[in-house]
Amino acid sequence: MAEKPHLLKILDILTLVLMFIATGLVFFYAPVEKIMGLVQKVFYFHVANAWVGMVGFTVAAIVGGIYLWKGEKKWDIAGFAAIEISFVFFLIAIVSGSIWARPAWNTWWTWDPRLTTAAIVELIYAAYLLLRRGVDDPDRRERFSAVYAIFGFISIPLTFVSIRLMRTIHPVVVGGSDAAAQGGFSMIAPMKVTFFFSLFTFSVFFVDLLWHRIRLGVLENKVEELRWSVD
Amino acid sequence: MIVVRNLLKRFGPKIVLQGLDFAVEKGEFVGLLGPNGAGKTTLLRILASLSRPSQGQVQIAGYRLPAQAAQVRRRLGIVSHQPLLYGDLTAEENLWFYGRMYALPDVKPRAEEVLRLVGLHPRRGDLVRTFSRGMKQRLAIGRAVLHDPDVMLFDEPHTGLDQDACAMLDTVLSEIAARGRTVVMTSHDLTRVADLASRFDVLSRGVIVASGTREEIGPDNLLRFYRQAVQSEGDV
Amino acid sequence: MQRIKAYLRAMGAIVWKDLAAELRSRELLTSMLVFALLVILIFNFALELDIKARDSVTAGILWVTFAFAGTLGLNRSMASEKDRGCLDGLLLAPVDRSAIYFGKAIGNLIFMFIVEIIVLPVYSVLYNTNLFQPGLILVILLGSIGYVAVGTLLATMAVQVRTRDIMLPILLFPLAIPVLIAAVKASNGFLQAIPLAEILPWLNLLIVYDIVFIATAFMVFDYVVEE
Repeated sequence: MAEKPHLLKILDILTLVLMFIATGLVFFYAPVEKIMGLVQKVFYFHVANAWVGMVGFTVAAIVGGIYLWKGEKKWDIAGFAAIEISFVFFLIAIVSGSIWARPAWNTWWTWDPRLTTAAIVELIYAAYLLLRRGVDDPDRRERFSAVYAIFGFISIPLTFVSIRLMRTIHPVVVGGSDAAAQGGFSMIAPMKVTFFFSLFTFSVFFVDLLWHRIRLGVLENKVEELRWSVD
Repeated sequence: MIVVRNLLKRFGPKIVLQGLDFAVEKGEFVGLLGPNGAGKTTLLRILASLSRPSQGQVQIAGYRLPAQAAQVRRRLGIVSHQPLLYGDLTAEENLWFYGRMYALPDVKPRAEEVLRLVGLHPRRGDLVRTFSRGMKQRLAIGRAVLHDPDVMLFDEPHTGLDQDACAMLDTVLSEIAARGRTVVMTSHDLTRVADLASRFDVLSRGVIVASGTREEIGPDNLLRFYRQAVQSEGDV
Repeated sequence: MQRIKAYLRAMGAIVWKDLAAELRSRELLTSMLVFALLVILIFNFALELDIKARDSVTAGILWVTFAFAGTLGLNRSMASEKDRGCLDGLLLAPVDRSAIYFGKAIGNLIFMFIVEIIVLPVYSVLYNTNLFQPGLILVILLGSIGYVAVGTLLATMAVQVRTRDIMLPILLFPLAIPVLIAAVKASNGFLQAIPLAEILPWLNLLIVYDIVFIATAFMVFDYVVEE
């Protein structure tokens, strides 16, 4: 294993700095929302978490396709890394959504399309992780994982549409018309700045984590190879 | 007929075949010997296009694997550990099914013919579930020769058979060989291949360590030939 | 032309083989049916299906029953190929692997239809409703196709996994949610005689789901069976 790349060290520090700034913006720059009060601040990181989650699942599906095409192990390592990270981010998004839902809609959980889709998506990738653990032959594990990552990803929009057709009470924050009526709010400039800065910060955070996780995956693979070459 | 060059097969981190070279001429009957875990089954599965090579070239009857797998499959029959038969179908229904899978023109007359060849014609209407191990193995051979392949692969065909069934199997095997087919048969039991094969190759730790024709080795020296091959490899 | 003929012939051979074997043993169909009836029975007591409650939940009960019985059938059908090593036998045939997928999927679909055709009148008699409506039959057709299209592929994977007895429902159910929601809603629409315009989006969704997943399964099936 090569030494930790220079760029990765810089990225680590950058992520840390950005995180501090983003947190600062959320608490000291963005104003307190009039109707919902302090709890609205959850929103900035909630959306950022969900965003990173979706980015990761998208990456995993694309990388899964490349794996099936090329058959190279590194694509499997990258896909697994992306899903593992996104699984955690998505869980945080769901929990923080629940914290938000409590004062906004007066309930911990609502069966609104986005929340419900998020829960189902989380279950899809829980199944993915279980599938990986269930296959011993590495080659087969990689192929099955790639296929399931693609299948799972394709089903997400269909799931969303099907639940959306049932009903919706989730606030449409960006570009929504009567957001306030649904427990939403309209964003003023400092809120927008904080919001997009959080998205950016979490995107960088994701890239940083992904890089680390891929390095770890490569290392795992090396250990496995060494173990076999011993006996 | 079979040309394998620098074949490498990996199962994850585990390397099963490491740069194996192997060639079989048309009409040859090769006995592939080797201890358990040497890679015999893996090699046969790759030749049968059931498993993809990790590296290296495999050519059968002039067609490359895995690119031209369909052409190879049409010319190849395999008898493996499992009979690949359906218990809830009768003997002839099993052959009809495989005949259709191979897109044979006259499935039913061909199935009759094959059933006679393997001596199961009287029991053609019985469910395979009710067959003994030996009968299943004979039907499995029938299944493998159904589409009249040029190359036949046998993976330990004698396993689990009693004396009579073995003798019957040997008759069928020598008949197949007599028809000029190219045959590769694996075994860890030397006595089984000794009378059948025209050439012996020893596979150990994923490479061919020794090879010799029946004449070169001599009638009674097979065991010594095998031991030497495996031991010299063990010292390394 | 020759190749297409060989393709269809292999596909037909697999369907024929599955039906012929099943006609003899009746293992799969009986277990699917008994299981389906048990599910309905459990619902009967769990939900206390009086006349009022029945109308709104019939569609849901039917689809949960079909989904559960379907999983049972899918798992069994693929496991029997895997256990006797017959999957290898299929793979040795000189046809495109997708012919195997379609053959198995059509066989599974027929089994599911048979179960559904028996469950419908039984349910009708038990609860004194008429479920034989053309609209509902169409929904069952579309819904089952999507469910089996995904299920056949995932079952092929699941039987090759160490934890295979529990794997299929875990893999299949989260992916089948769109098809189940759409099928329940559309069935309910037809049973409650809601105007067709309101049911149409659900039917569209079912059709899109069927097409998207059949196409994807067709493309990736090779990778699920090959070594």
